[in-house]
Amino acid sequence: MIEIKDVYKSFNGHQVLAGTNLTINTGETTVIIGRSGCGKSVLLKHIIGLLKPDSGKILIDGKDITKMDEKELNSIRMRFGMLFQGAALFDSLNVLENVAFGMIEHTNADEEAIKKRVKECLALVGLKGIEYKKPAELSGGMRKRVGLARAIALRPQIMLYDEPTTGVDPIMGDSINDLIIELHNKLKVTSIAVTHDMTSAYKIADRIAMLYNGKIIAEGTPEEIKNTKDPVVRQFITGASRGPITEGIDFEHLI
Amino acid sequence: MKTTILKIVRLASLVGHRAMEIVRYSGGLSILMGQTLFWIPIPPMRRRQIFEQMSKIGVDSLPIVTMISMFTGMVLALQSAYQMQRFAAEMYIASLVAFSMLRELGPVLTALIVAGRVGASITAEIGTMKVTEQIDALETLATNPVKYLVVPRFLALIVMVPLLTVYADFIGIIGGYLIGVYKLNISHAVYLKNTWDPLKLKDLYTGLIKSFFFAIIVCIVSCYEGMTTEGGAEGVGRSTTASVVISFILIIASDCLFTALFYFIGR
Repeated sequence: MIEIKDVYKSFNGHQVLAGTNLTINTGETTVIIGRSGCGKSVLLKHIIGLLKPDSGKILIDGKDITKMDEKELNSIRMRFGMLFQGAALFDSLNVLENVAFGMIEHTNADEEAIKKRVKECLALVGLKGIEYKKPAELSGGMRKRVGLARAIALRPQIMLYDEPTTGVDPIMGDSINDLIIELHNKLKVTSIAVTHDMTSAYKIADRIAMLYNGKIIAEGTPEEIKNTKDPVVRQFITGASRGPITEGIDFEHLI
Repeated sequence: MKTTILKIVRLASLVGHRAMEIVRYSGGLSILMGQTLFWIPIPPMRRRQIFEQMSKIGVDSLPIVTMISMFTGMVLALQSAYQMQRFAAEMYIASLVAFSMLRELGPVLTALIVAGRVGASITAEIGTMKVTEQIDALETLATNPVKYLVVPRFLALIVMVPLLTVYADFIGIIGGYLIGVYKLNISHAVYLKNTWDPLKLKDLYTGLIKSFFFAIIVCIVSCYEGMTTEGGAEGVGRSTTASVVISFILIIASDCLFTALFYFIGR
């Protein structure tokens, strides 16, 4: 279980997380929705210890990762896999070396075993025959898939997805959604995705939480979120330009 | 009166702000240096990466180091000939070129070349990794970025910069020799004798000590600038410029400090 307890974080005086509370149950897929720049990715980076909160706790199976030293944190991180928004593949390494990175660094597996596992992971995300290509030679969708293959190579228990469908065409986006569901079903992982793509959120989520003004303002199943009466959540999920979120913005002036 | 006080307050605030920036920057460099030293003895050694970096830093820099050192040796010989001929002291040109190359120009020019060529590329590479979240990805894969990115470059630089310096010294002396023997008609034997005889081992190792510290400056500044890059492609450009400018300033300033130190120690 992952518990985010009263987390505060600000950057240069700008408060991004302001008392965020969220509990993610083991084995569930939770999607955190919110407007661009509202702090979704910041929250995700807190969960894997890339950022430390100004105050508050982040508990992974009851252990507070904000108090851990690098060695303890790394042992926790070995249980995670993360797909970055732009895939964050290492430019200087080919696909094989990218996917094998964690195994080379942290296991004693021989070359053959590593190659076999890389092929398995690439097959799982629907790719083959690209092991020796550099990331620059791949399309956006392929890069995301390779990023996903790298994230699952060490058989993580928790998967984090940062905007998994952003920057790819709708068809590729939907196939990434299918992949997330398939991985979830096959690997039985706990998944957390942040997105503002509601089609994706409804499709992959067991639970949806909305981050607004640094706080989780609504939480529930996709059905509950769809039928919510909360005007802020309603404006966001329907994509209306006018409503409480955009109160005070003069659209006439913008046009 | 009120506007004067306001101006003074504004000036004091500006000076304070700048001073804080310098303190913060120095602190950042010191922390990175400490982390690098901490991670050096911790396995794995990453020999392949160290050799790759050595090749990029050392072997790939040979053509430009050859060209610049050769021309510097030649210019030194020509410029000193202009003065020396007035006193019929051309035979001292050889020792002047050798001393200048070994003690000063060899280490400084090599360090400046490496800062411009290698330091800039290190900052651009690490900076791009930072803005495309590759450094975050390293951390999520439980790999320390300082160990993975900085340590191999640090080890490669502290080995290759002194080696390049010895090479630059040698090429500079050859440049001086070509002018001395073929243009100023100093005999081959006299030129060589006047080059080697006055030289002491100390002249070589003072230059090498300098180059060792210059290598540390180039590595830490370029990696720090890379790892603190923010703001996309524009940020990478800004960091790369800053890396080269700050390395140049620190190399020249520390050269002055070392020269003064060796001068007083050697007296």
